[in-house]
Amino acid sequence: MHDMPQALIEVIDIRKQYKKLCAVDGVSLAIAPGTCFGLLGPNGAGKTTLIEIVEDIIPPTSGKILYKGGSRGPRFRQEVGIMFQQTALFSYMTVFETLKTFGRLFDHPEDLDALSSLCHLGEVGTQLNDKISGGQKQRLLLALALLNRPDLIFLDEPSTGLDPQARRNMWDIIRAVKAKGRTIVLTTHYMEEAEKLCDDIAIMDQGRIIARGAPQALIQTHCRRATVSIPQADVPPGMADIAGFIRQRGDRVEIRTENVNAVVGQLLSMGVDMRVVDVRTPTLEDVFLKLTGRSLRE
Amino acid sequence: MRFKRLWAIFQTRNLEYFRDREAFGWNFLFPFLIIIGFGIIFKGDYRAQFKVGIFPVPPKAAIESSFEGLPESFTSFQAISFVGFESKALGLDKLKHHKIDLLIQAHTDPVRYWVTDATPSGAIVERLLKETLLPHDAGAQRFTKADIKGLQIRYVDWLFPGVLGMNMMFSALYGVGWVVVRYRKNGVLKRLKATPLTAFEYLTAQLFSRIFLLMFTLIVVWVGSDLILDFRVYGSLLNLFIVYLAGCTCMTALGLVIACRGTSEEFANGVLNLICWPMMFLSEVWFSIEGAPDWLKAVAKIFPLTHLLTAARKIMNEGQGLVAVMPEVGILCAMTLAFLLIGAAFFSWNK
Repeated sequence: MHDMPQALIEVIDIRKQYKKLCAVDGVSLAIAPGTCFGLLGPNGAGKTTLIEIVEDIIPPTSGKILYKGGSRGPRFRQEVGIMFQQTALFSYMTVFETLKTFGRLFDHPEDLDALSSLCHLGEVGTQLNDKISGGQKQRLLLALALLNRPDLIFLDEPSTGLDPQARRNMWDIIRAVKAKGRTIVLTTHYMEEAEKLCDDIAIMDQGRIIARGAPQALIQTHCRRATVSIPQADVPPGMADIAGFIRQRGDRVEIRTENVNAVVGQLLSMGVDMRVVDVRTPTLEDVFLKLTGRSLRE
Repeated sequence: MRFKRLWAIFQTRNLEYFRDREAFGWNFLFPFLIIIGFGIIFKGDYRAQFKVGIFPVPPKAAIESSFEGLPESFTSFQAISFVGFESKALGLDKLKHHKIDLLIQAHTDPVRYWVTDATPSGAIVERLLKETLLPHDAGAQRFTKADIKGLQIRYVDWLFPGVLGMNMMFSALYGVGWVVVRYRKNGVLKRLKATPLTAFEYLTAQLFSRIFLLMFTLIVVWVGSDLILDFRVYGSLLNLFIVYLAGCTCMTALGLVIACRGTSEEFANGVLNLICWPMMFLSEVWFSIEGAPDWLKAVAKIFPLTHLLTAARKIMNEGQGLVAVMPEVGILCAMTLAFLLIGAAFFSWNK
């Protein structure tokens, strides 16, 4: 568990057992207020189970959750917003009616006009929930999670199933929410999403947290070497003198190095045309691959 | 408990009900169709119970032309309707398939007839035929006929409370049981659990919403049916309203029991059928089970619809007051309490 003062939420040795399957295996972590915390892992890693235990939707087999240093209690529902991975809504209600109905379930609901403006729901406000597109529905579900001006927001796979444009729209809204100083807990199996939105990341696999830290720190710690590749046909004489791990992969030759600038400089001096050179810096995907031996999407 | 939250869910459920045009229309149309249909079939004060075939009756010839040789007391008996056939083969085919109860060959002396022993109605019509063929005064001094004075209940008047109760049963059980199971399966309940709404508030809102919708439907169907068929209610309408209110509350609470756990709509449908069909036949919706074995009558008592219909008919058909139906209303209230406790104890938001 990270040492941090005044954690908004603390997860202490949570375990969830389904008959022979251990979905969450003794997870402990603390989330600081105002951060965007990402829980990254492949499908079936136990992310949703862990997050639903923290949300008080399902009970743990053992372990403890602390919210603002105490038990969650009735105020937890008033102060927490949740966007589930898959949720249907009332079929015969419009988007505005849905927001209004859910708003009446909270003591201090957000202004609906401001919320629908933030989530770009104005143009579909009078449409029935069943008639809106996938991206609009995800934005409506996000709006429902923000309806009670929450201190803590859980977003479970918020962009899954969206096209690239809709995904970027969703990220823009999440960034706007983050800018207001709200604490966000986001689960995803999209490394790009985690890298772009999260300040702090935990990588989960087979029910356990296997790494924790800021995205760049995780990459620096676990995957320091970048990959520079050039086509086999363009390999210059004296290539073997370049510092770094060199290997052939398909029709290209790869150099894995911690010092990209030096390698690129050497290639330039050898007369290699930079237009055919590909430089790839390590990502969270590489971190996960290194730690587990598997891809995030497996 | 917050009334604001309860009211929000109550309004939402009502809105969904009124906007689901197909289900909304069917809830009103179904009882109307049944009542009007039975009103047409059983119009008048007398209805034919038996069917007698006669052959040969040439095509386009009036069936009365074949009555020669048969006693008028038999051919004019209102409980019997006559069907003409061109040939014996056609008549026997209908008799074998129980489409008619007895087949007579016209213009025969002595009268020649065929009857099957497989149905009691055949034996009854045979007895009627034989009796009318005998001299009129045989044994007449051994009985005296007395007319029924006062209340004359038409079948449609007896049926009407049953059809209303049946509609109420389907609407309560499916409108709560099936709908809540569907909401659990598709995650709507989980979404609601993520709010401050409590299970008690949610279930209470569902209960009140369904009671409101059922009583609204009841009044609309009642008024519409009354305009068409002119029902006779011998007791107080207010008392009848109280009885139906107790009945619909009880059956809605039973719907909550079905709704409390399930996640499969198919399974919920099976359970609902398992509950509805015995109630349809044993709670006297369509016919009385008077004369049925005692154990079957005892089984019928476990169904709320039985008590609802007994009480409703006491008021509507017999003109009895609230005191006379207190046992049934008391049982309905006790069942409601039990169903609510079970539903609340086992309710789960999640799959």
